[in-house]
Amino acid sequence: MSEQRNHDNYPARVDSADDLGIMAETERTRQQQFKNRVFVCMGTACQSCGSADVLAALKKAAEAGGDETSCLVSKGGCQGNCAAAPLVSLQPQDRLYQHVKSEDAQVLINSISDQSVVAKELVCDNKAPFFEKQKRVVTEFRGLIDPERVEEYIAVGGFEPLMRAVSEMTPEQVIQEMRKSGLRGRGGAGYPTGLKWSTVAKSPGAHRYVICNADEGDPGAFMNRSVLEDYPFRVLEGMIIAAYAVGADHGYVYVRAEYPLAVERVEAALKSIRKIGLLGNNIGGTKFSFDAEVRLGAGAFVCGEETALISSIEGGRGLPRPRPPYPAESGLWGCPTLINNVETYANVPVIMQRGADWYSAIGTEKCKGTKTFALSGRVKNTGLVEVPLGTTLQEVIFDIGGGVPDGHAFKAVQTGGPAGGCIPATLLDTPIDYESLQALGSFMGSGGMIVMDDTSCMVDVAKFFMQFCMSESCGKCVPCRVGTVHLHDMLDRMTKGESSMEELEMMESLCDMVKDTSLCGLGQGAPNPVVSTLKFFRGEYLAHILNHNCPAGVCAPVGEDLRRPACAL
Amino acid sequence: MCARGRRSAEACMRVVTLTINGHDVSGRDDETVLDVSRAHEIEIPTLCQLDGISAWGGCRLCLVEIEGKPKLQPACTTVVSEDMVILTESAKLKSYRKMIIEMLFTEGNHICSVCVSNGNCELQHMAQSLGVDHVRLPYLYPKREVDATHERFVFDGNRCILCTRCVRVCDEVEGAHTWDIQGRGINSKLITDLGTPWGESTSCTSCGKCVEACPTGALFEKGKGAGEMTKEPQFLSYLAEMKKAKESE
Repeated sequence: MSEQRNHDNYPARVDSADDLGIMAETERTRQQQFKNRVFVCMGTACQSCGSADVLAALKKAAEAGGDETSCLVSKGGCQGNCAAAPLVSLQPQDRLYQHVKSEDAQVLINSISDQSVVAKELVCDNKAPFFEKQKRVVTEFRGLIDPERVEEYIAVGGFEPLMRAVSEMTPEQVIQEMRKSGLRGRGGAGYPTGLKWSTVAKSPGAHRYVICNADEGDPGAFMNRSVLEDYPFRVLEGMIIAAYAVGADHGYVYVRAEYPLAVERVEAALKSIRKIGLLGNNIGGTKFSFDAEVRLGAGAFVCGEETALISSIEGGRGLPRPRPPYPAESGLWGCPTLINNVETYANVPVIMQRGADWYSAIGTEKCKGTKTFALSGRVKNTGLVEVPLGTTLQEVIFDIGGGVPDGHAFKAVQTGGPAGGCIPATLLDTPIDYESLQALGSFMGSGGMIVMDDTSCMVDVAKFFMQFCMSESCGKCVPCRVGTVHLHDMLDRMTKGESSMEELEMMESLCDMVKDTSLCGLGQGAPNPVVSTLKFFRGEYLAHILNHNCPAGVCAPVGEDLRRPACAL
Repeated sequence: MCARGRRSAEACMRVVTLTINGHDVSGRDDETVLDVSRAHEIEIPTLCQLDGISAWGGCRLCLVEIEGKPKLQPACTTVVSEDMVILTESAKLKSYRKMIIEMLFTEGNHICSVCVSNGNCELQHMAQSLGVDHVRLPYLYPKREVDATHERFVFDGNRCILCTRCVRVCDEVEGAHTWDIQGRGINSKLITDLGTPWGESTSCTSCGKCVEACPTGALFEKGKGAGEMTKEPQFLSYLAEMKKAKESE
């Protein structure tokens, strides 16, 4: 045990499991001084609705109360239902307040003793299906933890799994645990995590690297952002455990620059765990040394592809290269490299803590555990949700999401980002897992879920995604660079009533070609939105081509001709 | 010392046997499908590949079918292994290859009759050998620039197919890295240095290797008229070999 203590009575460094225990106990004692805790969500959605002002007002109101031990107002994490931002949680009463403004601060503080003083509109029913039907593993702290203080994370058992792994387990045992858990990559492709780890561990090389892929770029996806913002310590802990398991000495968190809050939190988290000796030389007083740093993505979607990401970290252009060799064998600087998604790493400490058996009891036979989804589009409760794999789309969109608002009819749900597909209402009972979604021509992806109602035109939707792929193509291979432009132009002509059945046929063969011949996942997945909408909504395409009208009234008002009348002048 | 306990890297090579288009062939296990195919006079079409410089894998013409692999694999970067069963010709591959050539034609502004490389152009030859007799996709007619600031050479962006052979030869053989690509996707374009005119480039040694490496008339010598530009990229592989030999001395 280290003798040195800092002024807060916390051990200055964690050199053993005992030190960690003391730190946790000290923090718990500190928290117990307060009768109540108020958490103000400081995620991106809540901040954009003014939660920073709410936090300041609440702190002021709490201080004005005079009783210093009455309540501790602090930053918190995402509550999930971002549609009701800003959100404030009151503990231990377990009350949730929505759409809070700074003016409400005094009332909220008063409500600690008397709940009736709070206006009904402010109270969020946290027993509603949106909360009750979720299964929280990655987000198990439900945002009730200050994301910027490592002590709070340690107080809820954080870094215990890491300490146990590095001091009591061999790397092989850690990998074995991951294998047994059945965890699969949460970036979308679903590659078994344990298998990937053991491949990296076995690949010969002077150095090994671990990379956390936080270059989330799918339209409508914000799960990784939320997890990084709320639980940076947990992601880093998973990453350090992974580094120990594969024998890596250096790591990179590759975050896109468009996530300034996530970048700030991760950088601060790295600094604070380095300070207490859980990162850097001799982690936790053991012989294991590992350090990590943040690398910013400059806004290219293709840099989420692992080989392009590696090229970007090396300082080159973000271009993918043919695999094999896979990064597990030859990655960053030619060394064996482990790349996992943010959510994959976030699952690791839970698995180490509760055991592989506990984890593998959740989910389906082939897909274990839970998955976070970013629910957006035409759905009542937009936000971040977490459900066991195998939950049906129906449950997520209607029970948790609350269905389509304003009396409109559900039309389709788009999963998997630009490489994904649109699933129609008739297939809503499909369980969400890697294989089932793939069988429908869609894709699990990193977890974006965009709900569309009858006001969406599927040809227009396909055009939107094709435009995304076209502008995000890196330009290295011909089919993706040129093919996406032709596909986009064809779809554009369809939405203008200038297409033909011959062109539709050509488009279908072009889709096959781009899918089969492109170099990386971006090009191979680019035709998916077109192929899946053609499969389930062919009638809409035919209406555009043959009848020159748009049934949804997007490309032209309902019943009107898509072909714009020639200019009279 | 390699994993097999032998001293030099060459002693570690293994010879493997495999099947290409139904023929039994053999090759070293560090050779690519393309190397082994060519050694056995089985032609696989390529545009971005050039002997003597690194593989790129961007043109996708050399894609082949390999038994047991769900996806088509590029012959230029896929290493052979024991008992591989490879198909380099099939109806699907043929139609994809034709479509790639069509795409390249629509992407640039290729007007053969007035091109310096007419009759000596790899893109033109490829189109002829693959039987591309017309282009079914609409032409994109991009606005591309011509850089004639260099005293001896011209770059005509209209004829560029972005194979990056010039970029690689300049970087890997000459060691100047004057050329690179700017932008992404359909907006990609070749630039010299950081986008300065070629004639003002401070890194260019005017060696002309890029011109010889270019498969089309995008890079050519000043003063050449239509059909007058011929190229000899073969010498590049000797240069690369010599460089390698010198480095290993």
